[in-house]
Amino acid sequence: MKFETPAGTNPIDQLKVVGKPTDRIDGKFKTTGTAPYAYERHDVAPNQAYGYIVGSAVAKGRISSMNLADAKAAPGVLAIVSTLDHKPLPLGPQNTANLFGGAEVQHYHQAIALVVAETFEQARAAANLIRVDYARTKGKYDLEALAPTAPLEGGGSGEGSAAPAIDRVGNFDGAFASAPVKLDQQYTTPGHSHAMMEPFATIAAWDGPKLTVWTSNQMIAWAKRDVAKTLSLSPENVRVDSPYIGGGFGGKLFVRADVPLAALGAKAVGRPVKVAMQRPLIANNSTHRPATIQRIRLGATKDGRITAIAHESTSGNLPEGKPEVAVQQTKLLYAGANRMTLMKLAVMDLPEGNAMRAPGEAPGLMALEMAMDEMAEKLGMDPVEFRIVNDTQVDPEKPQRPFSQRQLVKCLRDGADRFGWSRRSAKPASVREGRWLIGMGMAAAFRNNQLTKSAARVRLDGKGMVTVETDMTDIGTGTYTIIAQTAAEMMGIGLDKVVVKLGDSDFPASAGSGGQWGANNSTAGVYAACIKLREQVGQRLGMTGDVEFADGEVRAGGRSAKLADAARNGPLTAEDFIEYGDLAKKYQQSTFAGHFVEVAVDSFTGQTRIRRMLAVCAAGRILNPKSARNQVIGGMTMGAGAALMEELAVDKRFGFFVNHDLATYEVPVHADIPHQEVVFLDEVDPISSPMKAKGVGELGICGVGAAVANAIYNATGVRVRDYPITLEKHLTRLPQVA
Amino acid sequence: MSGSNEMEISRRGLLVGSAATAALTTVSVADSQAAPLQPQPATMKVTMKVNGQRRSLDVDTRTTLLDALREHLKLTGSKKGCDHGQCGACTVMVGGTRINSCLSLAVMHEGDEITTIEGLGTPEKLHPMQAAFVKHDGYQCGYCTPGQICSAVAVLGEIKAGVPSHAMADVTARPQATNDEMRERMSGNICRCGAYSNILEAMTEVAGVDA
Repeated sequence: MKFETPAGTNPIDQLKVVGKPTDRIDGKFKTTGTAPYAYERHDVAPNQAYGYIVGSAVAKGRISSMNLADAKAAPGVLAIVSTLDHKPLPLGPQNTANLFGGAEVQHYHQAIALVVAETFEQARAAANLIRVDYARTKGKYDLEALAPTAPLEGGGSGEGSAAPAIDRVGNFDGAFASAPVKLDQQYTTPGHSHAMMEPFATIAAWDGPKLTVWTSNQMIAWAKRDVAKTLSLSPENVRVDSPYIGGGFGGKLFVRADVPLAALGAKAVGRPVKVAMQRPLIANNSTHRPATIQRIRLGATKDGRITAIAHESTSGNLPEGKPEVAVQQTKLLYAGANRMTLMKLAVMDLPEGNAMRAPGEAPGLMALEMAMDEMAEKLGMDPVEFRIVNDTQVDPEKPQRPFSQRQLVKCLRDGADRFGWSRRSAKPASVREGRWLIGMGMAAAFRNNQLTKSAARVRLDGKGMVTVETDMTDIGTGTYTIIAQTAAEMMGIGLDKVVVKLGDSDFPASAGSGGQWGANNSTAGVYAACIKLREQVGQRLGMTGDVEFADGEVRAGGRSAKLADAARNGPLTAEDFIEYGDLAKKYQQSTFAGHFVEVAVDSFTGQTRIRRMLAVCAAGRILNPKSARNQVIGGMTMGAGAALMEELAVDKRFGFFVNHDLATYEVPVHADIPHQEVVFLDEVDPISSPMKAKGVGELGICGVGAAVANAIYNATGVRVRDYPITLEKHLTRLPQVA
Repeated sequence: MSGSNEMEISRRGLLVGSAATAALTTVSVADSQAAPLQPQPATMKVTMKVNGQRRSLDVDTRTTLLDALREHLKLTGSKKGCDHGQCGACTVMVGGTRINSCLSLAVMHEGDEITTIEGLGTPEKLHPMQAAFVKHDGYQCGYCTPGQICSAVAVLGEIKAGVPSHAMADVTARPQATNDEMRERMSGNICRCGAYSNILEAMTEVAGVDA
């Protein structure tokens, strides 16, 4: 099905199942420990051996030799897969760092060997017996030092954010020079680690030329493509299966080293091999959100209308790597006739920078929305009003292109009302409760809605059960449930009559999970397949014209039959996909929110505690308010981490992330997060898809870090522009303790 | 780095290197000859009561309780998120007290009663805490969930039993199942998906029912 014109009324609009806050259909498995994750598939292949990964101890250089003799002789060892025995494995198109193979080391903890043994303990012990000689070479690890000479670079993550090296509209320089009120500030964001709870893990088994990997991956079709390329196999000989994924956040968009290592290990020992990347390797072995240095200039009239807006971002990456597109949202979020965005990219030797939840917007809005707060103060305006004054209903770079829906102003006004924003004191550091300095902050959130092809297969059996098969993944997003809701709505049945099977590359290729595009596109693909199935059912039952599917029945022309009757003589199967015309070119499709945060800062210690968080979101039709709300609070939590604690600390001498485990890379815990409130505005977007939905998976993290930062400033009067806002950055400048 | 302190850098490289390999540029260890065969690993018999069932295992003494559960008994509900006691995904109860099972060797649990997530309830018959997590959407990806639920059940038990915590203004007072109290006690269980707000609601509901 090609979606070329805005959706009219369709069966989804009944909202008998879709749009309800249904409990997740996979919940009873996740809560009882019976949902199987990659490393736990004892049943899929007999006689599994254990693999243990060895990571490089230098960041750049060559391996001169490896002594494997002790390890090979260790008890239980079946084989050692050494990087020196392989040429560098070919890479998938979206990656830059070698996963395995060759003597060259490109980054710290790059995989250099896999020890395969009968047991995990034996593999681990033997891995410690491998001795490696390296010839270390100098590397570039200091973004701040490299930034002044970094060249201009356009591009993007391939996960939804991209920008040219320089983008100009109007005459920024002239308009900024003549603006009566100006802001010119620099902001920095550090590298972030996805730190999903389930490590990269794979069981690999060969059957002749055919390879099956039970793994943990967000994008099954990409994974199948990349496994085939990496191991020089024909794609039809590769099967990837990921029914449950213990978090990804962009870290599992791509095949990581566990996959080829498990496959090579299994080949070497002639039996299935299971590998989980050890937690301390993950931060440096895999990808991360790159650090940025951003400069924002705003020029405005005295009544707060932006006349000039410029956003520059410098990031670093390995050779051939892509920039972090922190300027992305600045192209679309606010009005202003004279505009400029610019990106620079320094070549570095740190691990590969790549997509992490809301790549581009997450760090970009941390800077832009702090700058907006500072500018509002310069103008003597309320920060909410300053944003409202500069709203735009069209793409500011191409005014002939309207937004399909844009309710940012309502998000901000409703949010301000609900939060009690009017009680905020505009004067910083003026509200105290005992030792605590109290502040409120807000920020706008923005993330694009992306449309991509997605396929599904649906089958009706003689018992009236509908089974949906698609290689779509549920990485915690609630995908099982919203796909079941979609099929149930389309076929006029209850959720108990729907079975959803996901994550298997033998199923039709879906949009996958990334760029907050999963929910809208994958359910639209199921919608398309269900339209076909409805036609087949109508034909089988001899019903034409206006056929109604409801209450497990099919009705037309005064006749009715049970849905199951259509499959009495054998199951009916339909497969289709959604693909899109040019509505995304004619209309800018985006999602919006207003974030509101209250913090308390300890005047003695500088410690920040978040007391309240509210997000008001406008993101198209909400397919399941319960799971959608969870996506938003999850984003708010990760954004709070980015504001307060998350930072990949770089050892600039040796070139690696020092805090490469879950004790030292600090993420928010229960004690850091208060009750979070989320409101979805009523919105349907018929320009997006037949589902009239958009995405919310990344909207929650967008802007919220700046809202926390702005609240801290409001509490303390100290502006910290280098994230995360840890206590030592403002402690000495806090107001005097009485 | 200058050439003159290359030696010093190399030695420091040894310190910052991973446990598995060492970065040495001045002394070659790769040339050395193979050592004699390593001794076979020590194994030991251990008998535990797991979820009410007596289970005897002959395990490598290096096997953690977590790996004994996951790899030997195929009780994969307990998760390995870090294997270093940093994330809480492996939380189980031993004699009613929650522990990180990755930080405990299996052979230390002779005669112990172990309760894992599988012992609390089943998909057909959920434990009240499991049902509350479903109702309040107290999870996303589900990987930390068994640990969160085991911790949540144990936390309410600790509060009931009067075990004090850092969050109490007066540690001699009787702890209550307040939000701050539960958040403090649950903070060893990381949920990167960020479902904390919902987990608290699930716990609050169960605490209310129990009270």
